[in-house]
Amino acid sequence: MSKISDFIGLSARANVEAAIAKAREHESFHALLSLTEERALARADQVDRGEINGKLAGVPFIAKDNFLTLGGTTTAASKILENFQAPLQATAIEKLEAEGAICIGKANLDAFAHGGSTENSAYGPTKNAVDQERVAGGSSGGSAVAVALGIVPFTLGTDTGGSIRQPASFNGVVGVKPTYGTVSRFGVVAMASSTDTIGVMTQTADDAALLMSIISGKDTRDMTTLDNFFTPAQPEQGLRIGIIKESMTDDVDPEVRATTRAYVERLKAAGHTVEEVSLSLLKYALGIYYIVVPAEISSNLGRYDGVRYGKRAEAKVLSELYGKSRDEGFMTENKRRIMIGSYVLSSGFFDAYYQKAQKARTLLINEFNALFETFDALLSPTAPTPAFKLGENSEDPIKMYLADVMTVPASLAGLPAISVPAGQSESGLPIGVQLIGARRQDARLLALAAQLEEK
Amino acid sequence: MTQITNDDVQRLAHLSSLQLSDDEVSGLRTDIQEILGYVEQLNELDTTGVEPTYQVTDLENVWRDDVVDTYNLGRDELLSLAPASEAAQIKVPKVL
Repeated sequence: MSKISDFIGLSARANVEAAIAKAREHESFHALLSLTEERALARADQVDRGEINGKLAGVPFIAKDNFLTLGGTTTAASKILENFQAPLQATAIEKLEAEGAICIGKANLDAFAHGGSTENSAYGPTKNAVDQERVAGGSSGGSAVAVALGIVPFTLGTDTGGSIRQPASFNGVVGVKPTYGTVSRFGVVAMASSTDTIGVMTQTADDAALLMSIISGKDTRDMTTLDNFFTPAQPEQGLRIGIIKESMTDDVDPEVRATTRAYVERLKAAGHTVEEVSLSLLKYALGIYYIVVPAEISSNLGRYDGVRYGKRAEAKVLSELYGKSRDEGFMTENKRRIMIGSYVLSSGFFDAYYQKAQKARTLLINEFNALFETFDALLSPTAPTPAFKLGENSEDPIKMYLADVMTVPASLAGLPAISVPAGQSESGLPIGVQLIGARRQDARLLALAAQLEEK
Repeated sequence: MTQITNDDVQRLAHLSSLQLSDDEVSGLRTDIQEILGYVEQLNELDTTGVEPTYQVTDLENVWRDDVVDTYNLGRDELLSLAPASEAAQIKVPKVL
């Protein structure tokens, strides 16, 4: 167990050195793409001299490698950004540093956060924290494994359709995808702008609440940010919780269902009521997602052209430079999504795909809104299975996408959702459950999760 | 179900500024066809008269002052990110 409070009041240098040593000791998991040792130690010394103070003074952390940071590279686990050195830092990093936290390195991900297993990293997959033959989940797989192994007490991740929650579930840690607009995305590699969010991974719900209260808030450099509403909440009694029946069908792994039912019993034992509810559009959410998100990806990834930054291919004319730089710099999954996006946005197909999906999205949001008139939170498994084997789904994109079936609905609706450890399979694989709330109810979800944690 | 040909893949690649190698085309064709087949399940939903949702911010028309923000970065610092530059310009091969 590695909590933030275990690092407070100690020598920052000793904290950072211990975290770096632990990262090296666990290299075989390939959770990290780089360490920023020099900058981390320099900042630790500043904390130790009292030049930087704050709620996180001397606490080491790791950021997913799609956050721009100083002191090393930001690759997004892609070839096209292989040697990219960011000239500035993401707002979330700046806010953590202002409280004295120290970034020691960058975590592995699926390139450009496209994937659900971290196998799409251009630098090789991250291994699951419990079983090295299994995937870490993704796309924030490195971030999840780094927390699960206790290298650092928290990591930053991004979640567009489940990329924090699903790896959190696969590795037995807490993962927070906040209400859309909670945390500034300035300085974070964009994937799908209408669902991209930034969140944290931790060992406890209370740590997550503390961190979210620090990184949340309006940022003039990200016009979609909301005023900071995030203050850690007190535990409540007698909440009404709906368990989504479509998330508990026979398609879902029996051990995952059993663990979810056991969590229901714990909710009841804590004095809450749990009723079965229907989210009838759950099964359409992936279909909506894999139209809307590729469309936004095709646009957001247009900027990687080998001209202003990143890797450039040898070429005689400009169009060849674009085409070859992008072909060499992107992974197959990046290309799939860009091309699907180009397809659904192209003349003649826009209404049938993109417009249709955005209308279906409205129906999904309406269904959520109706449920939140009655219920304080919704419950489902975070993923339909525990961590699968490396290579098991990598030949079949649809099979891989299905790992996100539980997590994409909250993303499309902009709702807060968290994954919390709920138990294990018989073979010891972690299993998480997902709590979804109405907009801006993030802190209440975390207070509920904290109430149920085994202390 | 939508049929995707190798020519369609090449057309999409062109729209996406991707110069695919020949051995990538048929794999991508199968994948794209399957993904489009999967998402076509949305046709089961009646969306007549439903307004599309393009964003979920709750926000409308966020304005800022029209002032230059250099992010404390200088021209040389940004130019140094470019793979090739000359005389304070980013350099590229000929356009045509």
